[in-house]
Amino acid sequence: MSDDLFRYVLRLADDHLILGQRLGEWCGKAPSLEEDLALANIGLDCLGQARALYAYAGKIEGKGRDEDDLAFLRPEREYCNALLVEQPNRDFAWAIARQFYFSAYMLPFWRAMAKSTDDDLRAIAAKAEKEVAYHLRHSAEWVIRLGDGTEESRRRMIEALEELFIYTGELFEMDAVAHAMVSEGVGVDASALRDEWRRTVDGVLAEAHLTAPEAAYDQSGGREGRHTEHLGHLLSELQYMQRAYPGLEW
Amino acid sequence: MGVVVADALNPSNVRSRRAWDVAAAVPDPEIPVVTLADLGILRSVECDDDGAVTARVTPTYSGCPATQLIEQMVLEALKRDGFDNVRVESVMSPAWTTDWISAEGREKLRDFGIAPPVKASNSIRALFGETAVSCPLCGSEDTERISEFGSTPCKALYRCRTCLEPFDYFKCL
Repeated sequence: MSDDLFRYVLRLADDHLILGQRLGEWCGKAPSLEEDLALANIGLDCLGQARALYAYAGKIEGKGRDEDDLAFLRPEREYCNALLVEQPNRDFAWAIARQFYFSAYMLPFWRAMAKSTDDDLRAIAAKAEKEVAYHLRHSAEWVIRLGDGTEESRRRMIEALEELFIYTGELFEMDAVAHAMVSEGVGVDASALRDEWRRTVDGVLAEAHLTAPEAAYDQSGGREGRHTEHLGHLLSELQYMQRAYPGLEW
Repeated sequence: MGVVVADALNPSNVRSRRAWDVAAAVPDPEIPVVTLADLGILRSVECDDDGAVTARVTPTYSGCPATQLIEQMVLEALKRDGFDNVRVESVMSPAWTTDWISAEGREKLRDFGIAPPVKASNSIRALFGETAVSCPLCGSEDTERISEFGSTPCKALYRCRTCLEPFDYFKCL
């Protein structure tokens, strides 16, 4: 039970740390000041959620690892985030599409998690659900604005939505760890969220006069530590300070 | 749990009350017109028979960078007041929402030029739901959102169409 719980919480924490890092990359170079603030703020929410989850994961593991050890001192193959969140910021539309797909998933996820039998996860979820409502609204507004905007913004939005679509199926996968957590009343049945996610995505894309993509296949493996080439590069930047100056504190 | 009420027959409770008052008066580091008690983030202060004080605070927004600073400020305020053995704990449950902000706290925010959060947290559940935010300066409800995300995680940027002033809105959570 505690091994599964550790793994389960770690996955959630990794999703949010990695996405937070990707969002932080926009700081100082977003297309407008308001977006600079927005993307950094959303990244900060992700980081805050990740910290609470890492602290809890460290407590479950009981080996004395704290949030920093878990965030900064693991090799790439030990990260178990979904592949979607590690995808790079090719342009603003990519950042928006990635956020939109992820937030449309996390909103019903946290809502279900807020009924977990686990006190810590329930408390984290209660807060995160409301924060994600803002993230989803922000990204959905941009999907519509770009999708129904100029010829170029539309072309880029379509490309980002299509290219990233193959990574969305992984969000709904259920393996032995996830099933064990659901049967304990701790975890969320992710596969049951797919219909609601699809309705949210289709609704927003219809408003943007876009057609929802269909995936020819689903790319997965992140939960077992098999990542795309992008995660290693991200981690080299994320971990640089702790690797170069072990134990450094502010 | 909660506030330890002073009890004249039990000196440790008098100290609990004193410790509560000290911690409750600590100002928010980013919006110093409101105190931790106004924001509803000080959950309890206990003083045991040996004089050890445990203050429990709860974080606001997950990404709020002031959380650690607030814990540090509570610690220092209590030490300055003569409490030597002080511990500050962070509690997650029950989760803080903007409904924990007191009526007095909401008025202080408005006086400071920050529109207090609209009540009924459910309003944020509608995907494109717009909430009516009144201008903290002239009271007009004819306002528009400039940016959902502002200078701190808890604020959004608005503009009043009546008096034309831009202002911060303390986001509903």
